Amino acid sequence: MGHATIEWVYVAVVIALLIYVGADAWNVERKLDETPPNAQLIKVTAQQWFWTFEHENGTQEIGQLHVVKGVPYRFEVTSRDVNHAFNIPDFSTLIDAVPGRINNVWTIFDQSGQYLIQCREYCGFSHYQMRAKLFVEEPSSNSTSATKPVDLTPSVGATALTG
Amino acid sequence: MVLEVKKPRPVWEILFSTHHTDIGLLYVYLALTAFIMGGALALVIRTELFLPGHQMGLVPDSTTFHRIFTVHGTNMLFLWLLPFASGIGNYLIPIMVRYKDMAWPKLNAVAFWMIPVGMALIWLGWSDTSWYGYPPYSTIRAPGPAAEMWIFGLKILGISSILGAINFVVTILRMKHPDLPLMKIPLFVWATLITSLMILVAMPTFAAALIMLYTDRLGVSGFFNPAMGGDPIAYQHLFWFTFHPEVYIFLIPAVGMVYEIVPKFSRKPIFSYQSGVTAFVLLAIVGFSSWAHHMYSTGMTFTEKTVFMVGTLAAVPASAMHVFNWMATMWGGRIRFRAPMAFAVGGIVLFFFAGAGGIVNTAMPLDFLTHDSYWVVGHFHLFVMGQITFSFVGFLLYFLPFITGRMYNERLAMVTFWFMFIGTSLIFLTQHVTGLYGQPRRTFDYVPVQPLIILNQISTVGAWITGTSAALLLANLFHSVARGKPANMDDPFGIGEKYYDYARREPHH
Ligand code: HEM
Ligand SMILES: [Cu+2]
Ligand SMILES: [Cu+2]
Repeated sequence: MGHATIEWVYVAVVIALLIYVGADAWNVERKLDETPPNAQLIKVTAQQWFWTFEHENGTQEIGQLHVVKGVPYRFEVTSRDVNHAFNIPDFSTLIDAVPGRINNVWTIFDQSGQYLIQCREYCGFSHYQMRAKLFVEEPSSNSTSATKPVDLTPSVGATALTG
Repeated sequence: MVLEVKKPRPVWEILFSTHHTDIGLLYVYLALTAFIMGGALALVIRTELFLPGHQMGLVPDSTTFHRIFTVHGTNMLFLWLLPFASGIGNYLIPIMVRYKDMAWPKLNAVAFWMIPVGMALIWLGWSDTSWYGYPPYSTIRAPGPAAEMWIFGLKILGISSILGAINFVVTILRMKHPDLPLMKIPLFVWATLITSLMILVAMPTFAAALIMLYTDRLGVSGFFNPAMGGDPIAYQHLFWFTFHPEVYIFLIPAVGMVYEIVPKFSRKPIFSYQSGVTAFVLLAIVGFSSWAHHMYSTGMTFTEKTVFMVGTLAAVPASAMHVFNWMATMWGGRIRFRAPMAFAVGGIVLFFFAGAGGIVNTAMPLDFLTHDSYWVVGHFHLFVMGQITFSFVGFLLYFLPFITGRMYNERLAMVTFWFMFIGTSLIFLTQHVTGLYGQPRRTFDYVPVQPLIILNQISTVGAWITGTSAALLLANLFHSVARGKPANMDDPFGIGEKYYDYARREPHH
């Protein structure tokens, strides 16, 4: 085959590109996989069709979650019935909630405001409205109310919840 | 083919026939029917999502919506893609390997007739498990008897495709004309051979998973039920071990069809036959190394994720080799842009975008952005609707003069192509962005914010345009079969090259 060379070059370029993508992804994921040691724990329980959150100090919240800006949080996610997925689209946080398992994911909320928590795994009748509100508060404040003015980013979740 | 049109036969003679051309056409009719029915459901889904909130009168409640996308997905994959590929295979493989029929004609008929049974179970069952039927939802919450009917329907379709695959492998490897070496058979035959071998490896796993799912539903076992010591993730491994390779099983026959079309309409021999064969074999092997990239978010360890990322990326060069092969074939060719070629080339363009999006999903950190969002819906539809369905439609038009002796309307077919290409791009390229805005898939409604509303509306308009193109295609087929101009059977597309050597075809026996 006289025309093999150009094909080899092409395949080599494709492979080089894939190696670059793979290595980069590996490197980023390696960093993301390491939970900061000082992370605060929040236990998340999913069930048809709402979310329950338990803070380290024992406070529980249903359908809403209050967190503080700039603090790393580690979520331990599980489910009581079927599979769900814990998703905060504005902070690219996603992990499945599987009965019988505890999955971990962590995040730092770097912007205060109100955001959307939603279920990303099909879980039956009300899957589409299995949502919760996320309140990210400034560290100085000690109020847990969401009524005070907050710095709203024009994100999907924020607009949805205030509009 | 001409013979069939010249001498009309009673319907029952066709229905009870075991001749490979009759069975092949029955597969094609069934597949086209399923395509239209599944497409109607897709239009309902998209119309419901045109506006946020609940569109009164269209879909009564969310469960009905879930049933609609479950049947849409199951139907499109198992009753459109697989049967269409089997139909063309049945018709052409014996001709291409120069044997009088399939190796076991009766088994062939049995494999076909199982499909309408499976189809009836799936459509009448109207299950809401989604096409992947993940437990525990499918075992403890999904209403019966819908879920049972879905399980049995898939079971029957799986057995049918295993029987069909055995027949293809034996026909190609054992019944091939002795003068025809394996490295001389058309690439479409290679595609069918590789696909069939993959089915034989992958399908039994899923068959086992379905039985476990069924006994779990009966409550006699708890394979996937944590309350009984099982693990829901185990099902996902079994499922994706079958269905990741399965996407290549859907894809490879379409690739084989493009290999039939592109060289002919470029009026140039294929750039590299060996490279095509190599890429098929590579795809078949590597296709099995990547199943768990559907499961990054189930809580895998970093090492597991890395292994499957590498396995997935390894499959990319093989697909890229096919694309290169087509482009190198077209390069410098005297291309004749008749409708089959337009569909093939349009499919290649969409294939490229689908592949690019796939690399994003594979990169672990990015997958957490796209997983289970509309991005994924856009991505895989660029494959199934873009690359695969486009190749199938192109091949159908190419094939039409061959079986009917009549020509379709070329101008209408080109209009159909542009409608389908523009419509498909509008729907599915847009859905990538919808996904980045966080809209989950399998959702009856979405957060009513401006960007999501506009994006969903563009998708829906695209779906209506695509729906129109399907109607045009159908009209063209009906019209040309009944009243089309007689085709010049030596060279229906004016390519200046002989068409299939259909004279070699064996008569009905
Ligand atoms: C213009 C044509 C089509 C349109 C507008 C369309 C639209 C849709 C939509 C809106 C969904 C629901 C997505 C979700 O919420 O997860 C869906 C799901 C699906 N579609 Fe299509 N579709 C089309 C063609 C096809 C074709 C040709 C195939 C396969 C050959 C296909 C296979 C599937 C599958 C497997 C699912 C997943 C179902 C599930 O989640 O259980 N679709 N489609
Ligand atoms: Cu849920
Ligand atoms: Cu859900």
